[in-house]
Amino acid sequence: MTLTAEPTTTLREGAFGRATELVCRECGTTRPLGPFYACHECFGPLEIGYDFGTVTREQIEAGPSNIWRYKALLPVPDDIESSPNLEPGFTRLLDARNLAAELGLRQLWVKDDSTNPTNSFKDRVVACALSAARELGSKVFACPSTGNLANAVAAAGARAGIPTVVFIPSNLEQPKQVNSAVFTEKLVAVDGNYDDVNKLASEIAGEEEGWAFVNVNVRPFYAEGSKTLGYEIAEQLGWRLPDQIVIPVASGSQLTKVHKAFGELIKLGLVEDKPYKIFGAQAEGCNPVATAYKAGVDAIRPVKPDTIAKSLAIGNPADGIYVLDIARQTGGAVEEVSDDQIRDAIVLLARTEGIFTETAGGTTVAVLKKLVETGVLDPELETVVINTGHGLKTLDAVSGSVGPYATIAPTYDAFSAAEIA
Amino acid sequence: MSINVRIPTILRPYTQDQSQVTAEGATLTEVLDSLEASYPGIKARVVDDNGALRRFVNIYVAEEDVRFAEGLDTATPDGTQISIIPAVAGGSL
Repeated sequence: MTLTAEPTTTLREGAFGRATELVCRECGTTRPLGPFYACHECFGPLEIGYDFGTVTREQIEAGPSNIWRYKALLPVPDDIESSPNLEPGFTRLLDARNLAAELGLRQLWVKDDSTNPTNSFKDRVVACALSAARELGSKVFACPSTGNLANAVAAAGARAGIPTVVFIPSNLEQPKQVNSAVFTEKLVAVDGNYDDVNKLASEIAGEEEGWAFVNVNVRPFYAEGSKTLGYEIAEQLGWRLPDQIVIPVASGSQLTKVHKAFGELIKLGLVEDKPYKIFGAQAEGCNPVATAYKAGVDAIRPVKPDTIAKSLAIGNPADGIYVLDIARQTGGAVEEVSDDQIRDAIVLLARTEGIFTETAGGTTVAVLKKLVETGVLDPELETVVINTGHGLKTLDAVSGSVGPYATIAPTYDAFSAAEIA
Repeated sequence: MSINVRIPTILRPYTQDQSQVTAEGATLTEVLDSLEASYPGIKARVVDDNGALRRFVNIYVAEEDVRFAEGLDTATPDGTQISIIPAVAGGSL
């Protein structure tokens, strides 16, 4: 029995590059590439299956300085660079010597995704979703979001010339509303929290023809964009994998995809096969995966989020169980930190490396610190930490903890008296 | 006792493509049994062999995720709106 209608749009040859089908991660059921995200047998998440053929380092290195250098590994057409997009990625991998010294690590790198076009890693995933929306002939590009994703979707849609509709919780802080509204006419405020907005988006996606919700019905394509973080880290390290990596966990998609990327690079012979440990970072106020990890169980009990790390506040993470598997298989862990530890870590990263991270990055750095202090993470091994977004997005988080050292009269006497020098 | 149930795209082949159907029952379990009687095969898509809600299915009774209520024992008063939604949707990092 065919349970859902197949897409009516005729796809052009090579619309999804070397992607061949959608595969259920749970039960392995396959279906043709299209705007589907849940398995019609078991509701499990659908993933992109590929037939990569041969991909070489030279081929990648000859590509542009953005994620399209990895287009052979993504579900996008070969002419992807010719369609207007934000050209995200190939962000810097910084040798974080000061932070390493502060934490007692031998070698630490920060993958700084705050330098993407709308200042978060979301530009990567949205660029892949945009390509899928275009190839599927979608009329509207949409998302439910609390911030970063809304910014990325609204901006990418503007550049691509495709109408956008962005749904946000109505109590979202005004600066965040402006950050998206500047790019789109249709910012829709919904009376409810993120989970309510998310549920509404799922219902709209099921009713409205031609709407591409980036993290709902084109989610399999969207999620693949996170793999580029893994590819870039490996290439920037000189085509090798790090020993340890710390990644924030909300739905768990990014961590899962970085792991997938490393696996693909090994399989394609682009890096040497070696062990690496993957660590997940959560906030205490939204810690369903860390709780399950520590309890040694496979089932994740949903929580109602209450943390300053809003971009990590997903109480019922869809990929949480896969994060548990990956952390356990690779010898990593999933750890959590308090809101105060997150604030402290934001300031720590800013004052050691000159990087202003948002609360999600604060969570990741705070977890890194905790993992070192508790001896879970080996300080002698080469470590990468991912900074997913810019601190200007979550100014409120630290506006109470940093500020003027002194307020003085405009005189040299006042300067001297304040003991600033 | 009439309950409105919103059906996700994946399950509409069972409901003759209807996105909204009505069912009966005082609890979610009874509603699912009522749905099964009208649309054979639908219940097994939502509930596993052990009778538990499938991992990748979310059910909302009056806009509340039943995992935060009484699960399949959640009460479904007359006129309640129920939504069945794949859990994979949404999320960010």
